[in-house]
Amino acid sequence: MQPMKASQEILQDQKTANQPNGNHVIEVENLHKFYEMGEMRVHALRGLVVTIDRGEFVIIMGASGSGKSTFMNLLGCLDKPSRGSYLLEGTDVSQLSRIQLARIRNERVGFVFQGFNLLSRTTATENVELPLIYSGIRARERHRRSHEALKRMGLEDRANHIPSQLSGGQQQRVAIARSLVNSPIILLADEPTGNLDSRTSVEIMQVFQELNEQENLTVILVTHEPDIASYGKRIITFRDGHITRDEPVRNRRMASDVIATLPPLED
Amino acid sequence: MLFVLTIIRVAFKALGRNKLRSILTMLGIIVGVGAVIAMVSVGQGAQESIAGSISGMGSNMLYVQPGSFNTGGVRSGMGTMTTLTVEDYEAITRECSAVKYASPGINVSQMLIYGNQNWMTSIQGGNTNLLEIRGYKLESGSMWTKEEETSTARVIIIGKTIVDYLFPQQDPIGQEVRIRNAPWTVIGVLKSKGQSGVGQDQDDIVLGPHTSVNKKLQRFQHIDNIMVSAKSEELIPTAKAQIEELMRYRHGILNKDDDDFQVKSLSDMADLAKQSSETMTMLLASIAGVSLVVGAIGVMNIMLVSVTERTREIGIRMAVGATGGDIQFQFLTEAIVLAIFGGILGILAGIVASKILANSLGWATMVSTSAIGMAFSVSAAIGIGAGWYPARKASRLDPIEALRFE
Repeated sequence: MQPMKASQEILQDQKTANQPNGNHVIEVENLHKFYEMGEMRVHALRGLVVTIDRGEFVIIMGASGSGKSTFMNLLGCLDKPSRGSYLLEGTDVSQLSRIQLARIRNERVGFVFQGFNLLSRTTATENVELPLIYSGIRARERHRRSHEALKRMGLEDRANHIPSQLSGGQQQRVAIARSLVNSPIILLADEPTGNLDSRTSVEIMQVFQELNEQENLTVILVTHEPDIASYGKRIITFRDGHITRDEPVRNRRMASDVIATLPPLED
Repeated sequence: MLFVLTIIRVAFKALGRNKLRSILTMLGIIVGVGAVIAMVSVGQGAQESIAGSISGMGSNMLYVQPGSFNTGGVRSGMGTMTTLTVEDYEAITRECSAVKYASPGINVSQMLIYGNQNWMTSIQGGNTNLLEIRGYKLESGSMWTKEEETSTARVIIIGKTIVDYLFPQQDPIGQEVRIRNAPWTVIGVLKSKGQSGVGQDQDDIVLGPHTSVNKKLQRFQHIDNIMVSAKSEELIPTAKAQIEELMRYRHGILNKDDDDFQVKSLSDMADLAKQSSETMTMLLASIAGVSLVVGAIGVMNIMLVSVTERTREIGIRMAVGATGGDIQFQFLTEAIVLAIFGGILGILAGIVASKILANSLGWATMVSTSAIGMAFSVSAAIGIGAGWYPARKASRLDPIEALRFE
C-alpha cells in the first residue's frame, strides 16, 4: 500500500505545482499604476499586496480618487499595471497583449456596472449573448445559454424586451445574466446598486449572495454605502492609492432575511 | 467564418437601427454610381451610333481624294488639286483585283425647284454602282442605266428629306425638278438612313449619273474623288495598296511622299470618330465621378459620427471580450455594406436613368457590363476606403475611457 500512497502524493504535488497558489484566484504583488497627464504624473496605486481566494465576497470601499476604480480596472484586465504583478488564476496579466487581455475578459471576468451598460435598442437576449459572440459560439448555442442565464435571473418572460422597456432592477439583472453567460471565475461589480432604490438594491445583493454561496463564485464589489457593504464577507478600504484596512465583515447580513422584513410593495 | 458571418449580422442590425441615416448615406453612393452609369451609357451609346453610321456609309469603302498642291514649296490644302480623272477610275476598275466596284464622285451644290418649293442641297454624281458602294438602298423607283449614263440623261434619285420638302403630298417618281433652269426627272427615292454620328442628315442628298452632273452642272474635266468598294473587309488594305501603286504609275510619281492623291478607308475615319467619342465618355464619367467622391466622403463622415456616438457601445463590447480587431471589422463591415448596397441601388438607378434619357431625349444609350462591374468595385472600394479610418479609430479606443463616455 505504501507505493500507492506515494504515487498519490506525487500526483497531489504535481497538481499543486501547476497551481502553486492553491485556492488563490487573485494574487496582487507590489502593484503600482501611474498615469501621465501632461507634465503631471498621477500615482494612482502605490504598491498593493492582496490575495483573494475562490468563493470570497470582497467589498471595496474608499473615497473617490482613492484608487479603487483603477484597482477594479486592473482586476478586470481593462488595463495593465505599471509595475508589480497581478496573477489571475496563476496567469501573469501584466505580460499579456491587448488581444490576450480581451480573451481573458471574455472568458474569465464578468462585469456589472452602475449604469448597467446594456446596448440600447437591443433585446435582453441579444445583450446577454454579446460575450458569446466574441467567444465564437454558434447562434443556437448562444440562444440556449442566454435563455438559461436570463431564466436564472427570473427574466425569461422579458427576453425580447429592450432596456428602455425594463425597470432598473430588471436591467441590472440582464447585465448580471450577461456577466455570467460565459461562466467567469471572478465577477466584478462597480457600484451595481448605485442607480437603484433601496428595495431593488437588496434584491440585487441577494442575487450576488446566491451566486457567491451556491456557485462559489468570487465576487468583488465596489460600493460607497456601508449598508450594501454589510452583505459581503470581507471589506478592503482604499485611501490615496494604499489599502488602509482589510478585514472580515462583522454582523454580516443576508439579503433574503432583509427582504422578508421589508414592507410589501404598495403597487 | 462563423465569426465573420456573425459580425456581418451585427453590422446589418446596427444599420437597421438607424434606417433613415443609413438610407441617406447610401443616397450619396446611389446618386454617384447612378450618374457614372448613366453618363457612361450615354457616351458609349454615342460611340456605338457613330461607329454604326460610319459603317452604314458603305461597306468596305475606300475613298480616293486628290492630294495637296505643292509648287515651289507652297502647299495648298488637301483636296484642292484636280488630279483625279475619269480615266483613273476606269483604270482602278480594270486593274485592281481587290476592288469590287469603283465609282467617280462629283459633288456640286445646287438649288432644286419644284412648283413653288425650293431646296438647296448637294448633288452627288456617280456611276451605276454608287448605291452599292455607299450602302444606299432604293425605297421606290429604279437606278439609272448605263445608257442613261453615257447619254448624260437628266435623271436623279432623291433622299427622304428632299421628298419631305419638295413633294410633301405626292409621289415624286416621274416628276420633273428644275436644276439650273433645266428639268431633271426623279427616277428613284432612297431608303432613309437617318442622322450620321456627327449629326449630319444623310437623307438630304441627291444622286445622279456623274456624266450628267459633270456636263450639265459643272463642266470640268476632273472628278472630285473616286469611291471604291473592296471585295471584302480583309481585302481593304490590299485594295488600298493596289490603288496607290496604280495611281503612282498613272500619275508618274516615283516617291511616295510626292503622292498627289490620298486613299482613305472608312475604318480610318471610324477610328478618328471613336477617339473623339471616347474622350467625351471619359469626360462625362469623370464629371459623374466627382459626385461619387462626394458620396464616399458622406460615408466616411457618417461612420466617424457613428463611432463617436457609439463610443460607449464600443466600450461595452470591449469589456465583454471584443478585441480591437473585432471592433474594426464591425465598423468596416458597416461601411462596406452601406457602400455596396448603395452601389447596387445606384446601378439600378443608372440603368433606369439611361433608359429615361433614351426615351425622353432620344439619345442613344448603352449600359455596358464593364461600367456596371467598375461601378460595383468602385463602391466596394469606397466602403473600404471610407470605412478604414473611422474603424481604425474605433478599434484604438481605450475600453475604460469608452465606458465612461457620456
